[in-house]
Amino acid sequence: MLAIQGITQVFGGLTALDDVTFTINRNDITGVIGPNGAGKTTLFNIISGIYTPTTGTISLDGRNITKFPPERLAAFGMVRTFQNIELFGQMTVLENVMVGLHTKSRCGIISCAFKMPWHLHEERRIRETAHTWLRFCGIDELADTTAANLPFGKGRLLEIARALALEPQIIFMDEPAAGLNSRETMGLADLIRKIRDRGITVVLVEHDMELVMDVCDRILVLNLGKKLAEGTPREIQENPAVIAAYLGEG
Amino acid sequence: MKRELVKYLLLVAAAVSMPYFFSDGYMMNVLVFVGINTMLAVALNLLLGFAGQISLGHAGFFGLGAYISGVLTATHQVNPWLAMLIAAIAVSFLAFLIGFPILKLKGHYLAMATLGLGIIIYIVFNEAVDITGGPSGLSGIPNLALGSLVFDNDVKNYCLVWTFTIVTILLAVNLAHSRIGRALRAIHDSEVAARVMGVNVRLLKVQIFALSAFISAVAGSLYAHVMTFAAPASFGFHFSVELVTMVIIGGLGSIYGSLFGATLLTLLPELLRTFQDYDIIIYGLILILVTMFMPGGLVQGIPSLLGALLPKKKEGRG
Repeated sequence: MLAIQGITQVFGGLTALDDVTFTINRNDITGVIGPNGAGKTTLFNIISGIYTPTTGTISLDGRNITKFPPERLAAFGMVRTFQNIELFGQMTVLENVMVGLHTKSRCGIISCAFKMPWHLHEERRIRETAHTWLRFCGIDELADTTAANLPFGKGRLLEIARALALEPQIIFMDEPAAGLNSRETMGLADLIRKIRDRGITVVLVEHDMELVMDVCDRILVLNLGKKLAEGTPREIQENPAVIAAYLGEG
Repeated sequence: MKRELVKYLLLVAAAVSMPYFFSDGYMMNVLVFVGINTMLAVALNLLLGFAGQISLGHAGFFGLGAYISGVLTATHQVNPWLAMLIAAIAVSFLAFLIGFPILKLKGHYLAMATLGLGIIIYIVFNEAVDITGGPSGLSGIPNLALGSLVFDNDVKNYCLVWTFTIVTILLAVNLAHSRIGRALRAIHDSEVAARVMGVNVRLLKVQIFALSAFISAVAGSLYAHVMTFAAPASFGFHFSVELVTMVIIGGLGSIYGSLFGATLLTLLPELLRTFQDYDIIIYGLILILVTMFMPGGLVQGIPSLLGALLPKKKEGRG
């Protein structure tokens, strides 16, 4: 469904990504792995519209979305989470998810200020839907907590709940397991599968190999900005080039 | 939401009862300015406290509202209500156009750009002598009137201004508790995450800037018709800074905080008048203390101060 064609990203004199091409299949869980500095996060920033690539195209179901800004991609059902969680810290957990429903609501400044009946109706619907997503991620009991006061692991779950509220086609997760303990990581693996079972395509950048090998259907390996390998977890584990890169022989 | 309603009804009751407490014109006149400044502080708070975008040019929007309304009525005999509407729409349209390039800037750069905007407007007031009357001001602005009821004394002006103030507060509180209010606070906390959530950050910032300018212009128009006079000195850089101070002292993102901040900063110079030349020292001291020890503003700071003091007493007893 998502085709990445010849993406190159140059920062000053540094080539962060060099002619990367691959495809993400609908309803797969795809993992993007690679040693530090391989360009994984850069790739995510490009796909999610935060950077525009130097060359190359990205297309979603045949539509060229290379230059779309993040807010436009959100309307097409593409959403992401961040490596260093980007919550709305001063807002409650529930309000964070309610922001995730921004594209699912329409009222403008005037109908909000004058509390039009349809605004009140919409507000009620947003609130209920937000609770549904909090329950889905298992953090509904924290609904009224200020987001900045959440423990790290719960913050990650909130970020996922907020992203799911957009009802995306694809969710990109940037190192969702970073900073989680082993029990939280296991919970995360279950959650990722649950998300896929709802028909959402999942793409994750991850360092936790156990998690990647466990949940992913397909894996893309990047090294020094180039595509090193692509395949099922088993193929990747047996790929000599990947082993070399990870052991530092490459 | 019930608590919001109670707060609002308390405010309305307080506003309605004021004329019974203060029968003298002086205090009523001061309260008129409290009302106008509250509208301005609330307008600025929507931008600064919610969206997190500073403006040091709001005195300019306030002044434009006053002058457009003043010139239309005094020079061109337009109906004052119509003039107010034209002023508000024109100023918000101007803000909308300027907002697109200016609100791309962040932090200090945005502060400088809005500061420049305010100064340009101020210079126009001074130099366009044929239209504005220059530094000596524009006089002969008519009062607002509803049929045979002319708002021409302090009590009537009080009722007029506070009707607008109370409606402004209601609309701002409603907006704060809506998807727009949440989106604005989201921009404040993490612009990139807000964009990923599908919030059109650039457009929303400009819209809220225009709305803020709209309210400021209405306040300016009220000011012109209440004073029947407008001079550039009231709309300078100094006043823009004072508005920012009102918002910060009251509490960023707190609508009632803005009411409080505007009240305090309007009354303080009046109360400190007995100290004559020393008033400016006391005034400055209060500002320093509030920003140092109550960064969340007085509305948040005083309850937390009490909260910090009370448990200590208990410990002392035990």
